[in-house]
Amino acid sequence: MSTTEKDVTTAAELAAELRAREGEVAELKARLEAWEAAVGDTPQREALFTTISGRELKPLYTPLDRIEAERYDEAVGFPGEFPFTRGPYTTMYRTRLWTMRQFAGFATAKETNQRYKYLLNHGQTGLSVAFDFPTLMGYDSDHPRSLGEVGVCGVAISSLADMETLFDGIPLDQVSVSMTINGPAIILFCFYVAAAEKQGVTPEILRGTVQNDILKEYQAQHAWIFPPEPALRCIVDMFSWCSGHAPKYNPISISGYHIREAGATAAQELAFTLRNGFEYVERGIAAGLDVDSFAPRLSFFFDVHNDFFEEIAKFRAARRIWARGMRERYGAKNPESWRLRTHAQTAGVSLTAQQPENNIVRVAYQAMAAALGGTQSLHTNSMDETLALPTEKAVRIALRTQQILAFESGVTNTIDPLAGSYFLETLTDELERDALEIFDEIDELGGVVPAIETGWFQQEIAAAAMRQQREIEADERVVVGVNDFEEGSGKIEIDVLRIDASVEEKQRAHMAELRERRDEAEVQRTLSALGEACRGSDNLVPRILDCARAYCTLYEIRHAMEEVFGSYKEPVFF
Amino acid sequence: MSDSRNIRVLVAKPGLDGHDRGAKVIAAAFRDAGFEVIYTGLHQTPEMIVSAAVQEDVDVVAMSILSGAHMTLFPRVKALLDEAGADDVLLTGGGIIPEEDAAALEAQGIGRLFGPGTSTEDAIGYVREWFAQRERA
Repeated sequence: MSTTEKDVTTAAELAAELRAREGEVAELKARLEAWEAAVGDTPQREALFTTISGRELKPLYTPLDRIEAERYDEAVGFPGEFPFTRGPYTTMYRTRLWTMRQFAGFATAKETNQRYKYLLNHGQTGLSVAFDFPTLMGYDSDHPRSLGEVGVCGVAISSLADMETLFDGIPLDQVSVSMTINGPAIILFCFYVAAAEKQGVTPEILRGTVQNDILKEYQAQHAWIFPPEPALRCIVDMFSWCSGHAPKYNPISISGYHIREAGATAAQELAFTLRNGFEYVERGIAAGLDVDSFAPRLSFFFDVHNDFFEEIAKFRAARRIWARGMRERYGAKNPESWRLRTHAQTAGVSLTAQQPENNIVRVAYQAMAAALGGTQSLHTNSMDETLALPTEKAVRIALRTQQILAFESGVTNTIDPLAGSYFLETLTDELERDALEIFDEIDELGGVVPAIETGWFQQEIAAAAMRQQREIEADERVVVGVNDFEEGSGKIEIDVLRIDASVEEKQRAHMAELRERRDEAEVQRTLSALGEACRGSDNLVPRILDCARAYCTLYEIRHAMEEVFGSYKEPVFF
Repeated sequence: MSDSRNIRVLVAKPGLDGHDRGAKVIAAAFRDAGFEVIYTGLHQTPEMIVSAAVQEDVDVVAMSILSGAHMTLFPRVKALLDEAGADDVLLTGGGIIPEEDAAALEAQGIGRLFGPGTSTEDAIGYVREWFAQRERA
């Protein structure tokens, strides 16, 4: 490849440059040594001077840390240009602010529909659907396994009828909708496309994202249904269908969020997520798709945790690793395929039940890191989320936090304003290097799926979680209000949102009514056609869309697929 | 340690909730404290949990619930344990459980429920104390 020749020139140029700067460097080294000598054994606070991920940090970074670094134009460059370290778009927030997208859903579709209208009226610019656990696992509200969980942690959606109610009066040709669903993602996606159809909106103009990242489910979040191979087939079918029919829709959001929340370090989050992303790319290519036909619509989702600089560096490193991998390893030619676009969410796991109002401050710092990292959309957590679903007031404060950041803090004026910081650029390089090392480890284990099946990812994450817990319990790492600066009785006084137990009954009644009014013969016909498609190799999306239109329920569709695909059994350990 | 034998604990994840960070951290901490620990894995029904508890002859069932379904799942497991004649088993747990709910469940004979920010030492201490008391009785 022509880049090899260029690399050689670059290395030679770099060496020449270093020789030319020898004097300057020697002088700087001497000054640094003198400074270090002057600092001597000045006492330091008893504290961990590592990041929350355990990364060792120096007290001071200087140009000396950057001497051996790659050239600026190769590694950092310009926003909107390869390797996108400085941002995926040329003008970033000067042209378009990040989308303020609060994840919401509870009770029935009707109640969540009202919350969405409330959020849109308060200046939110996109929707993000939180489903309840039964829906996440592919069970209908009236399935015995759903008992006690209907509408509790999100909205219950068991058929197209519920999806129609969810978006009643919300124009799907104008609002972009993100759906956090994975195991049964292909089914909920079809409910969504069918609901849009009912509004007269064709898939060509649909904007939005479905999470649809099954690999991280096996690794961290655990809402799976089918074993990896058929689950990956569903995902590739969606890549293929969307590239032909819904070109503005993101058929996947490759997510580090849950990996991080489950305990991973920043470097693990970065590495596991990007390696999962490359796995999807490989699967698409293996299925005969042209990489540039689907890669431009792959989107990402990262956590934004407490450690301010490490988080900013993580976003920058992610863009660079993705761009290089896509261009150099997978031969993508379209710059859109190199460009990593991401959603971010503040770290739920960093919130404390103790003194919950303090969480507003944590969220604000994390949100600022996401903006400085160059995110395309952001969810800010509500202060009360460690206690229950957020109240309307808590959600409003979380949204206002983003608005204050976007309109008052000034961080949106200049693109990637921390670039060039000796510290931040060094951190970015370190994170990239760590991720590449972890890629090698995964390859040695035979790749992503074998490493899932042996529980490697799960054990790595659990070990990191345990390390963090030990640091907190040993009082090495301060968590304000939890192991230091505690207050009085520890009694928590805050309003919490409660889900009425009648939600489950209402949903059961809806379901009974639906089963009564639909055309049973059509239900059976579409389900058996789906079973047939699962046994063969046709794209599953059109078949599931037919099921959705016939008002087959979520579980009926899941069940028809499961009969062919089987179900996933996790490796159990602790 | 004064325990006449090792305390046997079943760490369980009932319902559809996949958040197992807490369950795994507490299982490892119990093990490090010298308990014999069995972990069920995810997505267990109350029936599966009680059957494992009886089969493994555990002293304690510790359930982790972050899905908000605690008001359904704790009483259900408690009732099934009682039915199975395992009414001397301590049913305890943790998760996202508002204080009022924890109090209501304790009134139904369920043990202490631990919220976010609990130190594993507190949970270990609680189980040890309960066990010593049961052995004395």
